[in-house]
Amino acid sequence: MSEISLDPPLSANQQPRAAVTRSSFSFTRFRKITEVGLKSIYSHGLRSLLTVLGIVIGVAAVIAMLAVSEGASFEAQQQFRDLGASNILLKSVKPAEVEESSNRGFGPPQAIVYGLTNSDISTIRDTIPGISNVIASRIVKKNVWNLGNSMNTDVVGTSVDYPSSRSYNLRAGRFFSESEVRDHANVVVLSNEVANALFPIDNPLGGSIKIDSDYYNIVGIMESEGYSNLGQNQAGSSNAAPSRIYIPFTSSKSRFGETTTRQTSGGMESETVELHEAIIQVENQEAVIEVGEIIEQIIQRRHKDVDYAIEIPLALLRQAEESALRDSIVAGAIAGISLLVGGIGIMNIMLASVTERTREIGIRRALGAKKKDIITQFLIEAVILSGVGGLIGVVLGVLIPFIISAFWGMTTIVTPVAPILAFSISALIGVIFGIYPSMRAADMDPVEALRHE
Amino acid sequence: MLDSETQQSAVNRPASVGGQSVVASLDDIRKTYHMGSLAVEVLHGISLDFFAGDYISIMGPSGCGKSTLMNILGCLDQPSSGKYFLGDQDTSQMEDDQLSTIRGARLGFIFQSYNLIQQLNVLENIEMPLFYQGFSASDSHEIAMGLAQRVGLDDRIDHKPFELSGGQQQRVAIARALAVDPLIILADEPTGNLDSKSGAEILNLFDELHSQGKTLIMVTHSDELAERSQRWVRLRDGRVESDERN
Repeated sequence: MSEISLDPPLSANQQPRAAVTRSSFSFTRFRKITEVGLKSIYSHGLRSLLTVLGIVIGVAAVIAMLAVSEGASFEAQQQFRDLGASNILLKSVKPAEVEESSNRGFGPPQAIVYGLTNSDISTIRDTIPGISNVIASRIVKKNVWNLGNSMNTDVVGTSVDYPSSRSYNLRAGRFFSESEVRDHANVVVLSNEVANALFPIDNPLGGSIKIDSDYYNIVGIMESEGYSNLGQNQAGSSNAAPSRIYIPFTSSKSRFGETTTRQTSGGMESETVELHEAIIQVENQEAVIEVGEIIEQIIQRRHKDVDYAIEIPLALLRQAEESALRDSIVAGAIAGISLLVGGIGIMNIMLASVTERTREIGIRRALGAKKKDIITQFLIEAVILSGVGGLIGVVLGVLIPFIISAFWGMTTIVTPVAPILAFSISALIGVIFGIYPSMRAADMDPVEALRHE
Repeated sequence: MLDSETQQSAVNRPASVGGQSVVASLDDIRKTYHMGSLAVEVLHGISLDFFAGDYISIMGPSGCGKSTLMNILGCLDQPSSGKYFLGDQDTSQMEDDQLSTIRGARLGFIFQSYNLIQQLNVLENIEMPLFYQGFSASDSHEIAMGLAQRVGLDDRIDHKPFELSGGQQQRVAIARALAVDPLIILADEPTGNLDSKSGAEILNLFDELHSQGKTLIMVTHSDELAERSQRWVRLRDGRVESDERN
């Protein structure tokens, strides 16, 4: 080791070596600086990981929260969409005052009269233009029998357009016909749930069920659907009956009458309701909200008590969309805060890194690095940190909604925008919070930096 | 680079003195530091010419302004007044970016504490000045390999500085200083952190560089070290006390 030879010998008049080109930016330079950045990050593995954690959590939170709120709003909107965007729902609701008076005194139960009437519906149909159809229904709770199997369910007396108005589909058979409605026929269409409960083994089609003392021929079975609870809160029906059966409106009226009697804890309770529900279909979807307001005015004038409810799915849909937007903004703000915190974490660590590497900065400056070279180096390092954090965050953020869906059955939707947006923001945060430390590094006096211990 | 064609007659710069070409020239260099309202002049007008192939020791007691002079020679610091020509360029009015470029292109630094970058291996450390000069990866690699061989470390190119002895680290630093083939090699107490054997090796290397025509400026307070050079500049209180050559 004592003998070190220096050959080939240098000539005295050699020109200084000069690069053929000194481009301000090239891929190889970028790669080199990136390599240096990666090395430095890698050499402080744990510290880098902890630094990046803020960004990881922020990005994962953005994506997961947006996925959950997107899923929830999709579900809500789907429910309203199921009700029909060009529909207006009218329902009979037992008014509060009447409920009180019915519990008063002794004697035979007096029938409470409330709710929508046929004349309400014909007035609406006749006075408001742009209504294409009105489907009025009566909903009565009954025990339905097939031999030994019975079930308490909502019997919906309605017209032939009911399935199409709510875009329900039949699984088998058909819906009842116009002539069956005219004839007060004893025909019934079962929901899938009722069909399964009453006919666990044999095919219900062609069979019959018994309601009170009458038999009804089964002509069709509806498709199973997770339909909404909304629009089911009708008078006389249970709150969230998952199953219904459908008979002609005329049959319901002639078999069950308009007055229903019910056993309650206080004795017998009787109520007379002409119609429980009406679906008003509007020709033009844009007019739905306007038509809804007119209907409300008409009904208001015709009813002393508020014994009705009006529901406009489109308006609810709009509300749901608005609240979804609000949810997204709130989720975004929360996630934004955690990204901000993550950014501050990166700035903190970059400042520490700059201080630690003061000597290195001095060396690099002495060896020809310009200020902008130093800025680039530290900026790239900050962006690598936040970018890696963003990447991990994206992976987590896409995984978390999957886990939520798998374990809690919630609908989650990861839109492609969310990961892209979150990742871009994280990279941007690297730039923003990397600028100050980088400038500080570049502004160091080379002499001072070289002297730094 | 210092041919008569490149001489700028408008600038009062000696291109050659006594037939020797001048690689660097200091003209009445003064440096004042401001500490609050107090101004302290550290260099009181230093004028020196350095010739191609010179092997110079700058000596003097601590506080004489050696370091300040060295920083100015290294373009790490600007004089408060006076002119400093490096090659044919007046550096005293240069912007920060230009100073960076001239440092990287024209000067080679050798520090007492080697100042290698710990995360980088031997080869990458040698390549660094070339990187800032915009050399291509393949060119840098070739040059750095050649220099690693010349300082006898071609079998350790992928070692990190902490895996090397002090003497080896200083040899990496020398290779790094030679990378851009600089006009002047500036060495600041190059053997200060080394045992005598390693120190002697470094000085042997310097001798070889000198014999190959390199211009070396060494700052030291050790007479033993200075003996190897052929010109001695002694500073005292910010002034040139003596300037001898053998």
